[in-house]
Amino acid sequence: MKFQIPIGPQHPALKEPISIRLTVEGEVIKDADLRLGYNHRGVEKLAEEKSWIQNIYLCERICGICSHSHATCFVQGAEKLLEIEPPRRGVYLRYLVSELERIHSHLLWLGVAGHEAGFDTFFMYTWRDREVVMDLLEMISGNRVHYAINTLGGVRRDIDETLRGKILEGLAVLKARSEYYFKIGAAEPTFVARLAGVGPLTKQQAMDYCAVGPMARASGIDRDVRKNDPHDFYNEVEFDVATADSCDVLGRTIVRIKELFESYKICEQILQKLPDGPIAVKAPRRAKPGEVVSRYEAPRGENIHYIVANGSDKPERLKVRAPTLANYPATIEILKHGFIADVPLIFAAIDPCICCAERSVELVDARSGEERTLRFSDLRRMANDRARSLSLQRNVAWPL
Amino acid sequence: MFERVIRWSRKKSPWILHLNSGACNACDIEVVAALTPRFDVERLGVLLKATPRHADVIVATGPVTRQLRDRIIRIYDQTPDPKFVIAVGACAMSGCVYRGAYNICGGLDQVIPVNIYIPGCPVRPDAILDGVVKLLNTL
Repeated sequence: MKFQIPIGPQHPALKEPISIRLTVEGEVIKDADLRLGYNHRGVEKLAEEKSWIQNIYLCERICGICSHSHATCFVQGAEKLLEIEPPRRGVYLRYLVSELERIHSHLLWLGVAGHEAGFDTFFMYTWRDREVVMDLLEMISGNRVHYAINTLGGVRRDIDETLRGKILEGLAVLKARSEYYFKIGAAEPTFVARLAGVGPLTKQQAMDYCAVGPMARASGIDRDVRKNDPHDFYNEVEFDVATADSCDVLGRTIVRIKELFESYKICEQILQKLPDGPIAVKAPRRAKPGEVVSRYEAPRGENIHYIVANGSDKPERLKVRAPTLANYPATIEILKHGFIADVPLIFAAIDPCICCAERSVELVDARSGEERTLRFSDLRRMANDRARSLSLQRNVAWPL
Repeated sequence: MFERVIRWSRKKSPWILHLNSGACNACDIEVVAALTPRFDVERLGVLLKATPRHADVIVATGPVTRQLRDRIIRIYDQTPDPKFVIAVGACAMSGCVYRGAYNICGGLDQVIPVNIYIPGCPVRPDAILDGVVKLLNTL
């Protein structure tokens, strides 16, 4: 006897609207289906109407948790198109905020994972400590979540000696706390028992389904844009790519805690080596025609922005591939053999950022008002069918 | 007397439903941050509930996407009376940076009645606290 269980779009497990349809046999999930598009706002279309500088603020608002990732990814690409080179100090400060954002995102995720595992104390602990890094980000940029520190050709705010001291102090506190979390994540028997073996994804599967970020790294693939295809800044600092071989939710937890330590290391190196000089250069208003692909390792994995310029002060096309979207196929595969009780945990383990990933095509049938979300292959099939059904006109005179 | 007891109990334990109506997640994490130790709205009796049927206050973030519009109205209908709606963030107020996008209704008040607006992009947790207190004072 098979049942279908619809979860969402408004549901307790996640804070964002997404709908999951599970086909279950008893306790075991046999099939899973994701319904997306509840959070689709039309950012890509909107980007075509805004100038380069306005688009930084729009890109930041693709997602609230990885706001700096999207903005940096866009700015990296736009700077190539505008042919400007940000000064070293600007680059260092930009990636300082990047790493602080990674710390805040991973602490946030640890809390959510604790919450889904029924360990609410852990949730409260990590979110309390997250306030430390939020304070640092607020001191650097002036805002807690959307930092708006990026600008074309550098950053908008500088840091001074007292702030540098404060950041180092904050990092020391966080480091001590993270060691405690590592102990809990790796040794606390109840927590480990809940996470170990849940949501298995083998190395081969992770490769087949193109998993990215901590999801891939927890399956033993050391895939990280910061190492594989880095912005030249990352060649100047030393860090390791954190991996785990356990291929389950426990592995994903451990990878994220290890990444916290790597981020602390990078932040400290940035503050040590911070070069003097200006923080930004003036950017031209128009970009020459061209296209660029910009890659960036967001806290959730690889983030890709594809930007086309047409010579005006606005981009002609902006395509965003958020890491969560890349992780959906792997998640569905994991869900297929899991238990219902593990769904929130498995789903939380990819650290889903639904608002990032809402780039789907939705078709509305004008006659019936029916809404459908189609894949590209379906669209192509529809187009072919239509072309075939058209009455063929032979020997038509070329109109021009 | 009975009225006063009801009003007192309403004031002291507003249960909230967190509703994401197409937001970018920033206001949502700030709503959750308001529940955690630094700000801790639970000390004011505020409790986060998962279902609209248990909630008194709908805390909604986001500019309302077309696909969510009907669902938001349904959630609003499911919430028992008396119900209050807090629009959190600039998006829920007017659409913010997404204003003009093809899939946006442009603000929560286009869809359901709103009691309190909290500005900010994103709002700070202290602002959310302030908004909740101001709402309770109107009771």
